[in-house]
Amino acid sequence: MALDSKIPNGPIADKWTNYKDHINLVNPANKRNLDIIVVGTGLAGGSAAATLAELGYNVKAFCFQDSPRRAHSIAAQGGINAAKNYKGDGDSVYRLFYDTVKGGDYRARESNVHRLAEVSSNIIDQCVAQGVPLAREYGGLLDNRSFGGALVSRTFYAQGQTGQQLLLGAYSAMNRQIGRGKIKMHNRHEMLDLVIVDGKARGIIARNLITGEIERHSAHAVVIGSGGYGNVFFLSTNAMGSNATAAWKIHKKGAFFANPCYTQIHPTCIPVSGDHQSKLTLMSESLRNDGRIWVPAKAEDAKAIREGKKSAKDLVEADRDYFLERRYPAFGNLVPRDVASRAAKERCDAGFGVNKTGEAVYLDFAAAVQRYGKEQAHIKGLDESDSALVTKLGTDVVRSKYGNLFQMYYKIVDEDPYTSPMMIYPAVHYTMGGTWVDYNLMTTIPGCFSIGESNFSDHGANRLGASALMQGLADGYFVLPYTIGAYLAPDIKLGAIPTNTPEFDAAEKGVKDQIERFMNNNGTQSVDYFHKKLGKIMWDKVGMARNAKGLTEAIAEISALREQFYKEVRVPGTDKGFNQELEKATRVADFLELGELFAKDALHRNESCGGHFREEYQTEEGEALRDDENFAYVAAWEYKGKPSDAVLHKEPLVFEAIKLVQRNYK
Amino acid sequence: MKLTLKIWRQKNAQDKGAMVDYKIDGIEPDMSFLEMLDVFNEQQINAGGDPVAFDHDCREGICGMCSLFINGEAHGPDRGVTTCQLHMRMFKDGDTITIEPFRSVAFPVVKDLVVNRSSFDRIQHAGGFISVNTSGNTIDANTIPVNKVDADHAFDAATCIGCGACVASCKNGSAMLFVGAKVSQYALLPQGKIEATERVLNMVKQMDEEGFGNCTNTGACEVECPKGISLENIARMNREYLSASMKG
Amino acid sequence: MIINSSEKVVVGAFLPYFCVLFKLYSINIMAKSGLLKSSIAKKVAMALSGLFLMLFLAQHFFINMTSVFSESVFNSISHFMGNNPLVQFVIQPILIVGVIFHFIMGFVLNIQNNNARPISYASYNGAANASWASRNMIISGSVILAFLGLHFYDFWVPEMAYKYVEFGPLNETRYFHELAEKFESPVRTALYCISFVLLSLHLQHGFSSSFQSIGANNKFSKGLQGFGLGFAIIIPLGFVFVALFHHFNH
Repeated sequence: MALDSKIPNGPIADKWTNYKDHINLVNPANKRNLDIIVVGTGLAGGSAAATLAELGYNVKAFCFQDSPRRAHSIAAQGGINAAKNYKGDGDSVYRLFYDTVKGGDYRARESNVHRLAEVSSNIIDQCVAQGVPLAREYGGLLDNRSFGGALVSRTFYAQGQTGQQLLLGAYSAMNRQIGRGKIKMHNRHEMLDLVIVDGKARGIIARNLITGEIERHSAHAVVIGSGGYGNVFFLSTNAMGSNATAAWKIHKKGAFFANPCYTQIHPTCIPVSGDHQSKLTLMSESLRNDGRIWVPAKAEDAKAIREGKKSAKDLVEADRDYFLERRYPAFGNLVPRDVASRAAKERCDAGFGVNKTGEAVYLDFAAAVQRYGKEQAHIKGLDESDSALVTKLGTDVVRSKYGNLFQMYYKIVDEDPYTSPMMIYPAVHYTMGGTWVDYNLMTTIPGCFSIGESNFSDHGANRLGASALMQGLADGYFVLPYTIGAYLAPDIKLGAIPTNTPEFDAAEKGVKDQIERFMNNNGTQSVDYFHKKLGKIMWDKVGMARNAKGLTEAIAEISALREQFYKEVRVPGTDKGFNQELEKATRVADFLELGELFAKDALHRNESCGGHFREEYQTEEGEALRDDENFAYVAAWEYKGKPSDAVLHKEPLVFEAIKLVQRNYK
Repeated sequence: MKLTLKIWRQKNAQDKGAMVDYKIDGIEPDMSFLEMLDVFNEQQINAGGDPVAFDHDCREGICGMCSLFINGEAHGPDRGVTTCQLHMRMFKDGDTITIEPFRSVAFPVVKDLVVNRSSFDRIQHAGGFISVNTSGNTIDANTIPVNKVDADHAFDAATCIGCGACVASCKNGSAMLFVGAKVSQYALLPQGKIEATERVLNMVKQMDEEGFGNCTNTGACEVECPKGISLENIARMNREYLSASMKG
Repeated sequence: MIINSSEKVVVGAFLPYFCVLFKLYSINIMAKSGLLKSSIAKKVAMALSGLFLMLFLAQHFFINMTSVFSESVFNSISHFMGNNPLVQFVIQPILIVGVIFHFIMGFVLNIQNNNARPISYASYNGAANASWASRNMIISGSVILAFLGLHFYDFWVPEMAYKYVEFGPLNETRYFHELAEKFESPVRTALYCISFVLLSLHLQHGFSSSFQSIGANNKFSKGLQGFGLGFAIIIPLGFVFVALFHHFNH
């Protein structure tokens, strides 16, 4: 089967406009006759559900949490990009487009990224109109800040809780439609399979997590907005419940899975403290606006710090290595995430790590405190040479900018980041890979769409900071509502899809069989036991730096672990009611398959690009070495019974507007 | 650390439920409270028991999914944190820790420590929104300037995570801090003023129908709120309600 | 305690009046009347009646204090209050209605609030986040209600009997002695003092709470809270002082 990405013809800047001008539309009266299922209620799913309902479709929305407001988009901290150029610093749609393609290490689809940049401004207008309290300047206008991988200030934010505010905005739009009866909300429901009728996605099988009931839901189209699969690593910044089940189930039903190996390891997370660790906490990238990253310049100092004999404050400037500023003078601490993460790992591997485990670097705000303090002293006409005063004033400024993040750090680590530098280390954060979609955001299953992080999307091999929120909302508010109409136009006279058909019977049976298998397994180990083992394999061998040997081992190990899982897993309790262990079991079962495909994809991609770093393919300076001749394509995998049998399909990436060059942040 | 846990166990909504005592060992001060429960559950599963059900998701204090009434306080003894951010260093070796679900007639127990907070959603359905089309074809964002002080206050109100600690802590089981925060966010912004009258009347009506108690201004909600939502928001809602009642 | 026949008449005459009032403000009517349907309207009503009672309390306080300084001033003010038709037939009924409303509403709210949490906590550390006074308004309020019963029996009922049943002669100087007489008993004086302590606690929460309820939470709130605390301590303390003064001086 050849992949058709359905990119419209014409110059890149006109594609989306032309597309919108010529697609089929559904008349408002007919929209009432069409049902759409939306799985997931984060920024993508929530905004899509609200918009589709507003357009007039009957929406059935599903989330596994107790309320749509709890989707993990809520945890995004730093901000959302938009090419508003409010700062007048030279930003434009083209620049946002260019930065995103370059930041993604030239592995994204140009036409999608340009569309994303085009609608970015609309998102801000939309959010402000619905009452999202974005940060403002004293003049009452919106404020911006800088994020990694860009030379302009285009990031809109709401302190360190931008994702929360944007999600609550989408949630409020949903609430309006729920109140009108246009969205039927199914909280605490988990989609466990997709139902395909006559080759088209026509419904889902979902488990009511409270009663345990297996339910059938039909629709004319199914939209998956279930997020990424970072939890395949067990430890990640994802929520505990974040899972790949919906995305994986559609993969098993025919949706190709693209670029699973593109995973973002975020550079600024709180380091692991022990074996009990259940998840990792992100410290927003915005901290790199003011924080300087360093390790001791001498290995013996690093050793002394690890042993507790010295502290960060004992080291004078000359004994510190601000390695990002040293290696990348132009972008300094604001290099893209993949670059910053690898640089930190490189230093720690070389023996310069600063916490007990040797896996941490400093993120230091002392210089920012002094700079802001002097500025404030100057503004207020106070003595700029009074160091205590300057420190106090500077600390106040830092607190007003990052107070909640500093407090979060303090509560977890029990160390005051205002007086001693933070310790940070990279952690799994976001997955650029996901279900393959065409320009219409439709997967290879007709009628099954995938939006937000769950599709392979617009970020190529690496996502720039503050672009995930942009993409989720762009897909949900502005892209899908157009493209899904074009798909549904022929279905207006179809009527409701019945659920008493053999296709629903078969899908439901499959789900029930799997649950029964778990409940009757009588194994000896908990689900977490296997999840942690999988996570360790993934982190050690499919993590920040990968090589052919490790990946080959990982594939075998994951496959063996999967077998052991089915033999030995123990799921206590009953399936006829609330059972969190059963929920975990169904999710981990999917991770155990996805992890193997992930490694397989990483092994096949004999190059380094963005978040995918193969040790065999690097420049002399240790930078990622791309192979555009052989790998400028999207790797879309077709399911054939088990991950090892997956078949590779290639979508060539054609770059018309942007020339491929090696990324340079020096 | 060695601890005694007194945990509310309840099989399902129909079950009567009771407090059950457990012993646990090998807890480290660096663990979060929920990681301690993870360890507890792992031991329960390995011993053939039924793990205790509790809500949690993001584990970084923002999703509002985790709840728990720990030693008589919502989200436990620490301030400005949710249960997932509470660390075992707040407790001493040998302590007895009482763990109960958030209690309110509007938060029925689902299982053990898990409660159903859909009543909060229903209040939001009644008016927790601004009725703009989600088309993006609105006016440019900067044509609506907002005074920075108002914008910051609106933001402070909007940081509510909807966890329900206010209701759980309040001796009256009142939800006024939650509703007040949402009403305030919109009342402070020019975009929200247009529907202010119906919003506050509808949201308060729904709140009352859900069976939440009456506010007697004890201030417990503000103290226990992990996001430090201020009582000012309740006063603002009272004002909004009074002026809306005059109009409506 | 001995109640003489004319006092019985007063009680008999006013009992139906109370019953009517009670009915008027009973749960039923309140639930049905649109005005007091919502939780916010109820709390505002509670606040307004509380504020009104505090005004009365302040006024009562100043009159009582005059008894310490000047017997004649106290007598003349008391005579005015007791015989002015506006005070007797307009303000006094409003006050009585206010008192009854405040109490009934307090009990109604308390019942509703208890229903909002049918299963109580095994462990509830209320002291961790709220003051004793704020959490126990129903207790301090009930003590004040009991005290009011005693107070009515001591002063109001005899006064009504004297004026409207026995038609006693106009005597502008009897008030001070009636007051002094009541505080001869150490038991009664002690009961009064204890009640005033609870009144103080009730006011400590009630004062600032009523402003919060009517929506006044702004830059003046801190000052208002300080003033409220002063009010809550000074007024009851003044009443205690008056009681003790007369107990020990006569």
